[in-house]
This record gives sequence, structure tokens and C-alpha cells, in this order.
Amino acid sequence: MMEKPKDQAPACPFPMSVYPVVTMAHGGGGSIMRRLIDEMFAPLFDNPDFECDHDGARLSVAGAQLAFTTDSFVVDPVFFPGGDIGTLAVYGTVNDLAMCGAKPLYLSASFILEEGFPTESLRKIVLSMRQAALQSGVRIVTGDTKVVDHGRGHGVFITTAGIGRVDHDLKISQHAVRPGDVVILNGDIGRHGIAVMTQREGFSFETRIESDCAPLAASVLRLIEAGIEIHCLRDLTRGGLASALVEIARSSSRHIGIDEAEIPVCEKVRGACEILGLDPIYVANEGRFVALVAGKDAVRTVEILDSCFPGLGATIIGEVSDQEPGLVTVKSLIGVERILDMLSGEQLPRIC
Amino acid sequence: MCLAVPGRIIDLNEDTPFTRTGQVEFGGVVRLVNLTAVPEAKVGDYVLVHAGLAISLVCPEEAMRTIEYLSRLENTAENEEDWL
Amino acid sequence: MKFLDDFRDPALAEQCTKAILHLGTGHWKIMEVCGGQTHAIIKNGIDRILADRVTLLHGPGCPVCVTPAELIDQAVTLASREDVIFCSFGDMLRVRGGGRDLLSVKAAGGDVRTLYSPLDCLHIARDNPQQEVVFFAIGFETTAPVSACVVRQACQHGLRNFSILNAHVLIPPAIETILSAPQNQVQALLAPGHVCSVTGCAEYERLSIEYGIPIVITGFEPVDILQGIHMAVSQLEQGQARMENQYRRVVQYQGNKAAQALVRQVFRVVDRNWRGLGVIPGSGLALREEYEEYDAGKRFGLAESGAEASTSCIANMVLQGRRKPPDCPAFADTCTPERPLGASMVSSEGACAAYFRYCRNYKHANVTE
Repeated sequence: MMEKPKDQAPACPFPMSVYPVVTMAHGGGGSIMRRLIDEMFAPLFDNPDFECDHDGARLSVAGAQLAFTTDSFVVDPVFFPGGDIGTLAVYGTVNDLAMCGAKPLYLSASFILEEGFPTESLRKIVLSMRQAALQSGVRIVTGDTKVVDHGRGHGVFITTAGIGRVDHDLKISQHAVRPGDVVILNGDIGRHGIAVMTQREGFSFETRIESDCAPLAASVLRLIEAGIEIHCLRDLTRGGLASALVEIARSSSRHIGIDEAEIPVCEKVRGACEILGLDPIYVANEGRFVALVAGKDAVRTVEILDSCFPGLGATIIGEVSDQEPGLVTVKSLIGVERILDMLSGEQLPRIC
Repeated sequence: MCLAVPGRIIDLNEDTPFTRTGQVEFGGVVRLVNLTAVPEAKVGDYVLVHAGLAISLVCPEEAMRTIEYLSRLENTAENEEDWL
Repeated sequence: MKFLDDFRDPALAEQCTKAILHLGTGHWKIMEVCGGQTHAIIKNGIDRILADRVTLLHGPGCPVCVTPAELIDQAVTLASREDVIFCSFGDMLRVRGGGRDLLSVKAAGGDVRTLYSPLDCLHIARDNPQQEVVFFAIGFETTAPVSACVVRQACQHGLRNFSILNAHVLIPPAIETILSAPQNQVQALLAPGHVCSVTGCAEYERLSIEYGIPIVITGFEPVDILQGIHMAVSQLEQGQARMENQYRRVVQYQGNKAAQALVRQVFRVVDRNWRGLGVIPGSGLALREEYEEYDAGKRFGLAESGAEASTSCIANMVLQGRRKPPDCPAFADTCTPERPLGASMVSSEGACAAYFRYCRNYKHANVTE
């Protein structure tokens, strides 16, 4: 009789004595969350196909190139200006697949519902998901439902998984990033994080600021169709533009230099950030991404993104160089360079 | 420290001197601000706001004077025009 | 944005920088007091671009950094109570006293709320009559008026379930402690512009005369700071020592009388313990007797606790401008924003946090003496 292979679980270097309980910082998109991924999940899930440095895994299945991703949505409040948790769930998953250069095809949607959550609210969320799926050209094909006791769920949590197909030969990943690549942003930053924050007590404004929640797959596919030499894509979610750039720089061991003056921020987000003491570079987005493309394709990339996202300010914000690898530097408003790093946890409004 | 941001008063609420408030516009956003500490402020004035309270008026003429002075600043040991 | 963009203009900044570099030949040690100024200096690289002529020393102008450890422990104690809604500026959430920080109290289920303005405490208290609402009142003279306002409004509306955990401090006595220390190296001072918009300039004029150093009331944008430095260096090169006001669009000599009256009505001056500097006479604010019921320390019977636990943190030396963060053996090693040993690494305005974030890899940044 064959013996079952013994599971020799590798050591988990995550310092549980230092972090005996999970804190909000572990979900903040910053360095503490990065540590949780690198030191707990990565070593214990280690296998040849495991991917934790990109938005999805690229898999070869029966000759087809697929992209596979998963995401969970815990936004509070569940309804915010410009969308809701349902919109986020669909677009967020679609966008992760898009960042792999895949055409998104199918989604699953699992719901954890808190006892007492109004069914009318649930219906609105499901309707949002239906509309977002139609807009993105994907089908939600399977799912699951669980209900937890009142007080244990925060209304509704949604977990998704997504499958897409890669129909080209471009190797879009951090490993393709090279000196001379140009960093291009598809629009102004910070809308989603501010939209959600202004729903919290004490941070509201008279002015409505809407989330930038939007699907990105169509624009990525247009870039691919146009023959743009895309090396890396990353959508900006928690931790903002800063986290995305730092992750790319670290995982590619390249140097990225950006110009602070070139980063587009719309007037409302700027005003809100000034008042709350927030740096837009760390604020969450849900409809923005950076594309690292070969220098020769920079202008065409901006043109295509500008036509896909008119008026949002698609622009070149920096470039990849052969300076200190793994670092991101920012040229300040007065022309002096400084290092850009992730925050340790989520960015908090400040008074000082 | 003391993060304070300049904004323009677009509306005033003179309930009582105790709770004088106004809508203040900061770039693209508008927020309700307590104006108790700037009793002389009126609609159209710029105020400096810290933690929801306006702590000072902002003088546009002085701001312009500062910019003009700096744009004429020369690379000499003393500047002919005094900063007075 | 009006009154911000103009003072971040790169061309003006360059003009000012060149003017400073051409002013005489001396090398000068200038201290900026305010954490917001420290942040702007390090973030924009002003210290590095002027390194040949000016060494910028970073003063104790970060109320987060100077709030005593025992007060933070009292905050944690209150926030852990089931009958308390604990409200605070975001800045204080990650600072540890001798024990936990407020964020971990929140993680454990405490009702800890981040606010932009303490004025929001009033309707939180009204909406939650069965709970005690406590506001962590930190800050310098800039923030004292809004604390005074909320206490006064609570009193006027008869709100009984609200109090403040008071940590207000005053800047001039701390400056005096630094300037009168035998090892003091400060040759000129950039005074905190927003504090002065409330208090006025008289105290700084007195300090300038008494200690014979230039003191320039300075704003917070890069161009403001560069102009402030230009004015200070100009005086130093000419052997002058007087108070000047760079931040004239906001600061008047007499300050804001209405704000001062608000503060005087609600608070009185007391001695205060500063983290890293010790007890400084006449450097704090306490609620006047008629408002004492709004003092959380008295309401909850919080004991004055003992001395702070000693760590390898040298924040006291950094706050006095006698060391730069990279001089500390723990800097970027055992002390990081993730696992800070002292408040100066936690607060986004703390010098250590600013250095860590913006220039820890720049060995050529002239950050040590």
C-alpha cells in the first residue's frame, strides 16, 4: 500500500510573538501586510505555481494560458459615493485579471452575510454586481452563501475568484521590467480612498467625492492589440500608488524614479487630502493602474489611455533606471530626490 | 505640527456668537467650519482652519507682497529691498 | 489651491535657495521648532540642498512625540473601558507609552474613534447618552482654542458625558529650556507659524532679545521655510539678533485675540512633563476650576503614574537638536515605524519617522555632525 506523502510543513518565519493578534495594519496594504504575506502565507503555501508578487497567477492548463485570481471585499460602509461593495467585487477581480494581461471570462462570488443585514440592501448589491459584470463582459457562474450571527460580520463580506484567458505572448510581470521603461498612470489618484473616508463620522464634506471604481480590462486589451510592449501592470488599490511602485521595484530589483509634479490629483481629492493631512500617493484607488512599458511606446500608450479614460489625466510619471535596485525615488517639488517607501499600516488622518 | 489649511468662506451661519459657523471652500471641497475665533471674518474672506476651527484670517495682499518680494530676491549679501 | 500652490512654486524655491547659498560665507545651525516644518524640510530635501551652509536641527515641535508615556497609558486605560467612547486625532493611535497603543485597544474591541475635529465629540456624546465620551486633547497653542471651544460648548449645552484627557503644552518654555542648556548649539530659530497666528509674536521677541539669537516666525510650505532660512542667515551674517515675521499673510504681532480669550476662559497655565525633556515650569494648560468636571483625569480618578520606562530611545537628544536620528544605534535597525521604540519614530511629524521615510538610504545626506 502506498504511503501518503508526509506533509513537512516549512517553518513560518512570521514573528507571532511580536504580532500575537491580527491588527488593522495587517490589511492596510503597507509593509506590515507585506510581511504577513511574505512570512506566513508564502512559505506555507509554497509551490511552483504560487504567486504572491502579482495580482494573479498565470497557469498553463491543457495548452491554454490562463490567469487565476481571488480577492475579498470588506469595505465599510458597503454603499459609498460612486459604487458599493458589489461594484468593487466585480471590478476589483476583473482588474486583477487585466493586470495579468488576461481577458476576464468567469467569476465566482461568495457571500458572508451578517444576520440582520437588510435584504433590500443585499438586492442592491447583487444588482450592482450584475451591472458591473455586464459592463466588464464577464459571467458570474458560481458562488456560495453563509450567514453568521449578528455582531460577527459587519453586514456583508464578498469573496471572489476570477478566471481569464491570455491570448498573447507578452510576458507581463515584474520580471520583465527593464531600465528605460516608462511608468504611465491612467488617471488621477486618490478618489476611492477619499470617497470611502468621507462616509465616516467626522470626515464628511459638503462636497460629494466619488470613487473611481471602474473596469480596466478593455483598456489593457487595447494596449495589447496596439502592439504596445507592456512589461508590467499593477492596479492601485490599498496602499495607493506608493505601495504598487514599491512592490514592483522590490520584486523586480529595479530602480523606479518618479516626479511628484507629474502625479495627477483632482482638485476635490487634493482639497480633502490637504485638510486631513493625507498624502494622495498612499490613498486607495479602484479604477487606476500603472503600466510599465518600453520607452519607445510611451507616447502611444498615453494616447490610448487618454482615449479610454478621457479627461482623467493619463500621463507619464517616471521611469525605470539602473540606479539603486529595489528603490523608488521621488523628485520633490523643489527638485530634490527622496526615497518613497510603503507606510507600515493604513494612512491615518492627522492634525500635526 | 499644527496642520492648518487656507479656505474661503462661502456662507455664514450667525446663530449666536457661541456657535458661529460657515461653509468654507478648500480647493474643490466644502466643509462646515467653526468661526467663533474669527468674529471679524465675512463671506469671501480667507481663513486658516485647524481641526475644524478657523484660527486666523489669511491676508491676500500680504501673500502677494511675499511672492513679489521673493521673485525679486537676488543673490547678494544684502537685498536692497527690505523685508519690512 | 490658493495660498498653497504659490508657496510650493519650484521657481521661487530655486530663487530662494540660490539667494541663501550666496549670502555670506558662514555655516550656521538653525533649529526649526515645529514638526510640520521638519516634515516639509525632510520631504522636500531642503536640508540637503542647503547642507553646505546650514545645518538644520529639529526641535520639540511634535505634540505626539512629547506627550508623556504615562498619559498615553491613561488613554489606553480609558479606551479599554466598556463604558467609554475614546476619541482621538489619528496621530496618537500608534504611539506607545509604557504599554500598548490605542490601535491595539481598538483591535481588542475598544471603541476608539479617529476624528478630524474634537467638535464632533459633542454630537457623539449626545447620540450616546449611556456612554462616556473622552477626547485625547493633545497639541500646542494652535489646538488649544478648539479644545477650549468644545469644552465651553459642552458646558453651555449641559453635556454631562463628555471630558478631555488633557495633554496641551506651550512652546516658548520648551524653547527656553533648549536655548538655556549648556550644550545648546542653536544659533537661530524658525518659530512655529501657526502657533504664532494664535499667540502672537511677543514671547518670541522676548526670547530673541534675552538669548541674543535671530528668531523668524515661519510658515510651512517649502517657499515659506526657505524664506525663513534666508531671513535667519541674513541676520546671522550681519551679526543681528531680532524677531522677524516671515508668515505675514497669517501672523499678526498681537495674534488672534478672540482665540486667546477662548483659551484663557477655559484653561490656566501649569507645569507640564514633556516626554524626553522632563518637567518644564509653566509649559502646560489645565482646565480652570469652573470647567474641571470636563477633565477626564479627575472624572475617572486617574492616578499620576511614575517615571517612564527607559529604553534605548534617544528621542530626548533628537528633540533638543543635539543628535540627528541616524546617530541613534537603534535607528532603522531595532527602531522602525513598524516597531518604534520612541514617539519620534511613530509620529509622522517626528524627526525619526521623517528621516526613516525620506532619506535613510542616503549616506551622503550630511545627516550627522
